[in-house]
Amino acid sequence: MFAYYLDLALRSLKRNKALTGLMILTIGFGVAASMTTWSVFRAVSGDPIPWKSAQLFVPQIDAWGPVVQKNNPDPDKGPPDALTYGDAVGLMRDHRAKLQSAMYMISPSVIPAVPGEHPINTMGHAVFSEFFPMVDVPFKYGSGWSAADDDHRAQVAVISSKVNRKVFGGGDSVGKTINIDGRDYRVVGVMDDWNPQPRFYDVVNTGGFLQQDEGVLLPFNTAIAAGMSNDGNTNCYESPKETGFVGLQHSSCIWNEYMVQLDSAADAQRFKDYLEGFAREHHPGWAPNVRLHGLMAWLDHEHVVPPDTKISLYVALGLLLVCLVNTAGLLLAKFLRRASEIGVRRALGASRREIYTQFLVEAGMVGLAGGVLGLLLTWVGIAGVGWVLPRDIAALARVDVSLFLTTLAVAIVATMLAGLYPTVRAASVQPAWQLKSN
Amino acid sequence: MKLHPILAALKKHKAGVTLITLQIALTLAIVCNAVFIIGQRIDRINRPSGIDESNLFMITQSWVGAPSGDDEGSVEKLDSMQRTDVATLRNLPDVQSAIAINTLPLVNSTWSGGIGLKPNQQNSTAQAAFYFGTDQMIPALGLKLVAGRNFTPADVNHMGFRGHNRPPIVIVTKALADKLFPKGNALGKTIYVDRDTPSTIIGIIARMQVPSPNSWANDWFWNSVLIPTRLDAGFARYAVRAKPGRLQAVMQEAPKALFASNPMRVIETGTDFDETSVHSFADIRAHAYRADRGMAILMGVICLILLCVTAAGIVGLTSFWVGQRRKQIGIRRALGATRSDILRYFQSENLLIAGAGVVLGAILAVGLNLWMMRQFQMDRMPVLYVLTGMLLLLALGQGAVFAPARRASKVSPVEATRSV
Repeated sequence: MFAYYLDLALRSLKRNKALTGLMILTIGFGVAASMTTWSVFRAVSGDPIPWKSAQLFVPQIDAWGPVVQKNNPDPDKGPPDALTYGDAVGLMRDHRAKLQSAMYMISPSVIPAVPGEHPINTMGHAVFSEFFPMVDVPFKYGSGWSAADDDHRAQVAVISSKVNRKVFGGGDSVGKTINIDGRDYRVVGVMDDWNPQPRFYDVVNTGGFLQQDEGVLLPFNTAIAAGMSNDGNTNCYESPKETGFVGLQHSSCIWNEYMVQLDSAADAQRFKDYLEGFAREHHPGWAPNVRLHGLMAWLDHEHVVPPDTKISLYVALGLLLVCLVNTAGLLLAKFLRRASEIGVRRALGASRREIYTQFLVEAGMVGLAGGVLGLLLTWVGIAGVGWVLPRDIAALARVDVSLFLTTLAVAIVATMLAGLYPTVRAASVQPAWQLKSN
Repeated sequence: MKLHPILAALKKHKAGVTLITLQIALTLAIVCNAVFIIGQRIDRINRPSGIDESNLFMITQSWVGAPSGDDEGSVEKLDSMQRTDVATLRNLPDVQSAIAINTLPLVNSTWSGGIGLKPNQQNSTAQAAFYFGTDQMIPALGLKLVAGRNFTPADVNHMGFRGHNRPPIVIVTKALADKLFPKGNALGKTIYVDRDTPSTIIGIIARMQVPSPNSWANDWFWNSVLIPTRLDAGFARYAVRAKPGRLQAVMQEAPKALFASNPMRVIETGTDFDETSVHSFADIRAHAYRADRGMAILMGVICLILLCVTAAGIVGLTSFWVGQRRKQIGIRRALGATRSDILRYFQSENLLIAGAGVVLGAILAVGLNLWMMRQFQMDRMPVLYVLTGMLLLLALGQGAVFAPARRASKVSPVEATRSV
């Protein structure tokens, strides 16, 4: 029976090619616009570390007090989004979370071992040893450094595969010496390809999306001792009293990021309480103002998904809605024009249910054809966003199996929804009336 | 033309009429807001930077193994390295001018701060961005001095990049001068860029954008301060202007010349904008506004599709109605209606439907704008956009209905005599 309906639908669609073509084009464009913007939205709003994001938290402490908060446009009056050096080091010293790391962004130059090669620029972070197990850094060779290395300011480094290739020509470089900003470090680990998007452990400085991968990771205390300057944002409400890097460390400027791993809600509550106590002790001038955001809430708080991405998605969904209304109107006209055909079929014994099936099959076929066209156009659209959107975001939008299936499903379901009312109207045609009128 | 027969006919197609009205309304609401977004992005992209951008390029480089300390010896060493580089660049045959400067407009790297009118002012009077360089900034960047004087070489000092920003004299943009001193008498006045140290305004330039092209600087976009201080750090930026027609050649030559004078430095060349160090200003501009341009193009494409879909929908639906009413049209013609009567009938019908659609659409458009203002800090859309959109959609409807209406007008009176 289903094959018969398919045949009927095909005949009906062929009868008015221009109209069928118009419906297919409409669905195709509507679906493609939505799926293209959706693919970008999906890429930037995803969970960068789904197996663990519920255990990762970002603490905030208000180191500036109510005088500065008065000008804070945020109605929540939350603390600044980074920590002072003093607070970051203080939290590390107390060591209250299961795993934790203070960090700051660096961009040191690396001098290749190959003579005659120009030095290369890298981007990275100064972190503590617990950073590696906390964010699950994958290693190709070796591992992170130890807590003892943190304490002794060991001259050790973890490098990316890319830096490993450029400096040593690849291979297992653990134990080799690398020259970073004019100082020698022993390589203890070579990371596997690792470029999480968004760069969740430091969205404040990266804005979330970076094509450049993490080239070099150095022990926090070692980098501080080497005077390796902060390449991320430095935010001050008053100038440091002393000049230089040491002056910055003693100042109320914020330039350190922080992440902790807390395995249960109870642990998180305990840590929050501890933070309040910490703030009371270290910033006695005002009531403690602290926050402890879970990772996904933190990404949302920092507006990692660009507003443009959301606006584009909404506008494209609006376009899809218009396309569906358009298709519904055309299907309605088309189905009702066949009132006499329906009358004959009903008089010959077809049930209302069979009329439903017949017309929904027809709508579904339009949807399928629209979906196939939509797939092609989505593919063109995703290639097109590479030309118009910022590269770091456009690079994340991809066609994959799930996008492929979603596109087809959206097209078919949406068109059948659009065909629902026209089908109801078609099925309620009175056979007697139709037969009489002719 | 009487309204009554049209309304009577439309009543027979309630569902179809509702759908097409709704479609026109949604189209209007979306197109108005999308075009408003496009307009705003184009306005942003067209803001002049205030500098002469022709033949200009920028080199960002860092020295390897340079002193990293903040002591006087390190700062002096870095300062001499920077001056050597500027001299190297100026000596290239195709170079017109070369300066060291901490940043440029549209380069997303900003040193900003609050400006006060009193020492230790709690809430600053204006936010502004600082450009650190020498007396050569104004001539080399083609900035226009509208009052006062430029710095002299004797005014210029230097400091480590984590030093205190305490210039005795500054030059400010007209926008900042007017914001600080609304009476227009800023020249010679004292301002505070670093809490308690006074700085005197010795000159006013017509215009210069702040470095950040991003929305966080939207409120103080023209507030720039020139400071006669060379910043000494392990890295330096050079703004170089090539002689006319020689830009590409100098962009190739300059890194080579710098490497020749001192190889221990990083100047990356490659294809990825964020990782390379030599950029023409045209590239910097394109990169800075890429997101805005992309958004405008995306919205434009969506508007185009929307209008096409809606126009095609009107054509399709009207064609159907014409097909359905051939017999009635035949009867009307037989009873004496002229062709143009029939044409006008369908056009009036469309005007009625589209008219209802654009009225509903105007309400939706304003509602959508209000929602976007709350959700995305969007500006209020001027009424002009909605009015223009309404006219546009009415015209679109009339255009789309013309072909089917003309076909209807050609229906012969003989149709009245045919049974089906």
